[in-house]
Amino acid sequence: MADLIQLLVAGVSIGAIYSMIALGFVLLWQTSNTINFAQGEFVVLPAFVMVFFHLILEWPFLPAFIATIVVSSFLLGWVVRKVLIARLLEQGLLPLIIATIGLALFIRYSLQVFWTPLGLYFPPVFPRVTIQLGSVSLPMEELLNLATAGLIIFAVHLFITRTKIGWGMQAIAQNRPLAAVLGIDVSRLVTLIFILNAALAAVAAILIAPIYLVKYDIGISLGLKAFYAAIIGGFNQIRGAFLGGLLVGVVETLSAAYISNEFRDGYALVILILVLMLKPEGIWGKKEEWA
Amino acid sequence: MTREGLLVRRFVPLLVLCALLVLPLGLEQYKLFVGSLVLVYVIAAIGLNLTLGYAGQISLAHAAFLAFGAYSVAILQPHGIPFELCLLIGAAISFVFGLLIGFPALRVKHHYLAMVTIGFTIIVFLCLRNFPAVTGGSFGIPGIERPDWGVVSFESDRAYYIYTLLWAVPALASAYWIKNSRWGRAFKSIRENEMRAEALGVSLRNYKLMAFAIGAAYAGVAGALFAPLLGYIDPPAFYIERSIQFLLIVVIGGLGRFEGPIIGSIVVVVLPEILRASQGLYLIIFALSIMLMMLFMPKGLIGLWDLFIERFAMPRDASRAHRAAE
Amino acid sequence: MALLEVETLSKHFYEYPALDGLSIEVREGEILGIIGPNGSGKTTLFNCISGTLHPSSGRVRLKGDDITGMSANQVFHRGLARTFQLIQIFPGMTVLENMLMAVQERDGTMLGRLLTREPARVKARAHELLDYLGIDFLHENLASNLSYGQQKLLDFGMALMSKPDVILLDEPLAGVNPTMIQNLVGHIKDLNAKGNTFVVIEHNMEVVMSLCERIIVLSQGQQIAEGMPDEVADNPLVLDAYFGR
Repeated sequence: MADLIQLLVAGVSIGAIYSMIALGFVLLWQTSNTINFAQGEFVVLPAFVMVFFHLILEWPFLPAFIATIVVSSFLLGWVVRKVLIARLLEQGLLPLIIATIGLALFIRYSLQVFWTPLGLYFPPVFPRVTIQLGSVSLPMEELLNLATAGLIIFAVHLFITRTKIGWGMQAIAQNRPLAAVLGIDVSRLVTLIFILNAALAAVAAILIAPIYLVKYDIGISLGLKAFYAAIIGGFNQIRGAFLGGLLVGVVETLSAAYISNEFRDGYALVILILVLMLKPEGIWGKKEEWA
Repeated sequence: MTREGLLVRRFVPLLVLCALLVLPLGLEQYKLFVGSLVLVYVIAAIGLNLTLGYAGQISLAHAAFLAFGAYSVAILQPHGIPFELCLLIGAAISFVFGLLIGFPALRVKHHYLAMVTIGFTIIVFLCLRNFPAVTGGSFGIPGIERPDWGVVSFESDRAYYIYTLLWAVPALASAYWIKNSRWGRAFKSIRENEMRAEALGVSLRNYKLMAFAIGAAYAGVAGALFAPLLGYIDPPAFYIERSIQFLLIVVIGGLGRFEGPIIGSIVVVVLPEILRASQGLYLIIFALSIMLMMLFMPKGLIGLWDLFIERFAMPRDASRAHRAAE
Repeated sequence: MALLEVETLSKHFYEYPALDGLSIEVREGEILGIIGPNGSGKTTLFNCISGTLHPSSGRVRLKGDDITGMSANQVFHRGLARTFQLIQIFPGMTVLENMLMAVQERDGTMLGRLLTREPARVKARAHELLDYLGIDFLHENLASNLSYGQQKLLDFGMALMSKPDVILLDEPLAGVNPTMIQNLVGHIKDLNAKGNTFVVIEHNMEVVMSLCERIIVLSQGQQIAEGMPDEVADNPLVLDAYFGR
């Protein structure tokens, strides 16, 4: 029993980080019809950037953290939006997908060739102590990761639902032409969403770096997990991305413990296929127009 | 279009194609290996071009269909079953699974469909890896033999190139036939305007299922030829990266255009070989080129050919309206 | 016998009744006009008949056969064709291909369509129809390169290709200039004289009054008037529906 609780906490903790990555992904899709195949790389790059500021330049944690967020938001938010996405949106879904695939490859192999193909160590962000609750030992790191990610997602939720800018974003997501006609600066808001996505991915990177190794190719599986989480949870609700991420984290952790290592991915997948067959809008999603 | 223009437009691609098909016979071993690889990719890409380019159904399951062909040969051939039969069995299995994938495709679109097809690829990959008794597990299957007809053996790279050609030509010819048939037109109508297509009697269900199944069958054939080319196969060769590679081939070459798979395969297979000297750099250059291409030439490299035709094969006053539809 | 009839047809979107117990019949050889203010259910009616939407309750009958709830392609096979409010053509295909596409699924088998080409007379008919509409010279052009008016004609021509028993036209004159209006109206009258049955949704009152022999007026999902153009024009209920209280 104690084992189960520990596993659940571990699952929810890593799941919350996946949720952050999935959240940005969903926001991008909703407001600009962008399926960002480079989302995983949007997490890997900030991890490397953090290594640069914190370990190489030896800046203290907080300045390094802020610098990383700023650099990532600029490069992966503003620059990508202006240079790549702006022109591609008119070309249709497929050129956009291919371009993000190109972007992913570009980031991934640039890191491999120009930095290092090896995995880099990243120091823990939170103290690695365990709390004892009766027979259950819970790592502080996991709890704090969960709390941090949870808080950030909640903050994004408040932002989207309580601020004017957030309402603008919702309007764009629901009816782009109408939003534009009503005077909402669609282009500016889409840029903001890209920056927000980059920032979310950067925070996720810093939380996840101590757990995974910082390596050029971890983006592949991270991106995929974000994709699963978004699809399973519901592509058109923040709540969906959040709960989807948690679900992926929990299923992954539980099946790693109880089922052989190799089929681990299989279980998340079976859920995915079932969801797509039975409730394609996602477990917590709302039915969209299909036509 | 001028008469000369029509000639240029029809025959130059054909000439180029023939040259490409015959050229490698004058080359040596490794280059013939690459040539065979290109042909294998072309066959598979033709399939994806049908599903995605003509019918507009996004599919990232192509690697799995390739796997069915490859593993059919690898598993059945040692039991004495002739290679050609193994190939047909592999193609049939791919066809059936293509139909299976087609069903979810009827209900979901775009990113959801992408996910279903990715999911399928991963499931197949995991199955290949986790049933070692049948598939050799993570180690794969070594020692796959090239066909031998008794009087002639296709063991050498040159001979195997010719053998691959023997399958590639019918593949191209059948694809050309489908494209020009009423099925080809129906596929395009689904891509262009699904709602109107249905209102005009098109059975979305039948045609979408066929688009997936036939596309998958081409990949199955390609997979069967792929196995003896490499001599051994293992699961990582059939993972998501492979599906993405085919997607890139089809889009870079020219989506929904007949020559697209040919151009794309040549670029994606041969370019890295040429750039091999630059080591890891070539992937970065490749990635950069992809992004640039999508920005400036989203229709694919075939766009260059179109520009050429427009510039030189059209009478001065012809309107843009005559640009070829495919 | 009515060629097409609709019996106590209702369509609800959640709570909202877009169609409410509507019963209409279309007689062979007529041009029936369907008018009514926006939101009265006209397009929803067409959608329920043509298979684009499934009715919540009621029946649809074509030539006596029950076609309620059939899919759009099945309804097409029974002999009903329609156009849509927004032009719905195949932009990436040529004009001729658009026309051929409009008839190829009508007869024959899937396998036949793979293995054989269509008979020459089908192509000839396509050219004939395009010529009748005055756009045959464009047959090799991509449909996306046509002007709005030309696309409207193509859209119209596509509905005619399969020789349907009844043709539903949803606002065929929307956004069309006066000359083209004359053009289209002339074609509809001419084809009607040759025996084709039309049901037309339109807002252009002048045209409706002169084109249609019989008019049905809808408001809020129900029929509020029916009769010849003059009767309907004077009907207080109709004026009320359009101009409000």
